[in-house]
Amino acid sequence: MSDIHIDIQNKTYTTADAQQHTAISDLKLTLAENKFVCLVGPSGCGKTTLLNIIANLDTQYQGEIALGLNHKKPNIGYIFQNPRLLPWRTVRENIELALDNAQPEIIDSLLEAMQLTHIQHNYPEHLSLGMSRRISIIRAFAINPDILLMDEPFVSLDAPTARQVRGLLMELWQQRPHTILFVTHDLREAIALADRLVFLSASPMSVVSEIDVDIPRADRDDEHIIESFRQHLLNHYPEIKELL
Amino acid sequence: MNLANKALATLSFVLLIAIWQGLALYINNNTLPTPVVVMQVFWQEIESGQLPHHLGVTLLRLIASFSIAMFLGCAIGIILGRNKKLDAFFDNWLVIFLNIPALVTIILCYVWFGLIESSAILAVVINKLPNVIVTIREGTKALDKDLLEMARCYHFSKKKTFLHVIWPQLHPFVMAATRSGLALIWKIILVVELLGRSDGMGYQIHLFFQLFDVASILAYTIAFIAVIQSIELLILKPLDKKALRWKR
Repeated sequence: MSDIHIDIQNKTYTTADAQQHTAISDLKLTLAENKFVCLVGPSGCGKTTLLNIIANLDTQYQGEIALGLNHKKPNIGYIFQNPRLLPWRTVRENIELALDNAQPEIIDSLLEAMQLTHIQHNYPEHLSLGMSRRISIIRAFAINPDILLMDEPFVSLDAPTARQVRGLLMELWQQRPHTILFVTHDLREAIALADRLVFLSASPMSVVSEIDVDIPRADRDDEHIIESFRQHLLNHYPEIKELL
Repeated sequence: MNLANKALATLSFVLLIAIWQGLALYINNNTLPTPVVVMQVFWQEIESGQLPHHLGVTLLRLIASFSIAMFLGCAIGIILGRNKKLDAFFDNWLVIFLNIPALVTIILCYVWFGLIESSAILAVVINKLPNVIVTIREGTKALDKDLLEMARCYHFSKKKTFLHVIWPQLHPFVMAATRSGLALIWKIILVVELLGRSDGMGYQIHLFFQLFDVASILAYTIAFIAVIQSIELLILKPLDKKALRWKR
């Protein structure tokens, strides 16, 4: 695997009242291999559209995406904004279906790590949104992805759960590095997780600035360090203020 | 259903029989026999083997035409629901076939293909097929795009996508088509038999009509209703229960 190159010249869509709307224009982005990248931008700016294009769910655009993988079918783990579980299949079946061959140990260990073993035979409609969200995270982890796309995955989790899931994400990522694209509008969360921050403008979306986060991984739990980095960013890059 | 509702249902049934009994006694005429007379005829017909034979023949025709109509209807409905161009093209055909009177199809099938078993089955299928197609097509159009995207992203095979993503969403539509289909086919099949077959319920009822034998007609009707009810209770309800166990 090598770097990921994203070059979208133009992405338009037609609104319900037949208006042409440009969602993305001239967006160029190179992502170094196995880095954790956070995309930060105002809501509605087209971040989800970008993820859909990278996941090859949206092919109606002008431009090019090179994922730098040598196999045709890239293993992309996509954690959607809503969990997108099959309501008529149990939690465990939902995870199993994403896998090509049965790997019960992997599912067992992930369920255990997320503390969801006791509900593995329940149906998603009987669970809270937070639980469903964690299951969709397990599903994405379980396929052992080359690239992990995360669309504001921690939004409706309560603070302790979010912290715990975040910790687990880092642990799994360090065990088996892969490129992560993480969409958020929470700058603190982005600083705590990312190797690199990519700030995106409101629509038509393009890259405003790219900033590396050089805080050592060990110090990222410290809220003061995160906060002072945030202040430093806001002081040195005035252009990002209006995106938050 | 709780106990009070069950009692209510029983009461309404008893009341219906009572009204029938009262009316029959009041009219006191062969055109409306009492429930007791009808039950006697019913047993006679069962013991002579007449009723089971004709009911069986009709049931076989029902199963054959229903299966063909459901299978073809589901396949075509899914294709039209997934393909806008084909749907736009064939929409007119569907409207035309939906509006051809059942009697016309039956007569045309007999005229064109002869008074044979297969044209009887064909007539029923043609009557039922457009209904199934339209129902399943609407179901397919309403499929959840988010889940289909998820399936694509996680490389679900075609078979996996159909079995685990598409079919469960179509289930309520298939059940609706099944229920309305059974009711429709039951009624049409009798006309088909009346016009061009020498056995089956329709043929028998036609015979009783010529003899003005209302008791036999009612006895056959009761057998009819009993069969439909048992299909609902023994096959459809359990199917529903199993398929919808995930619902809150």
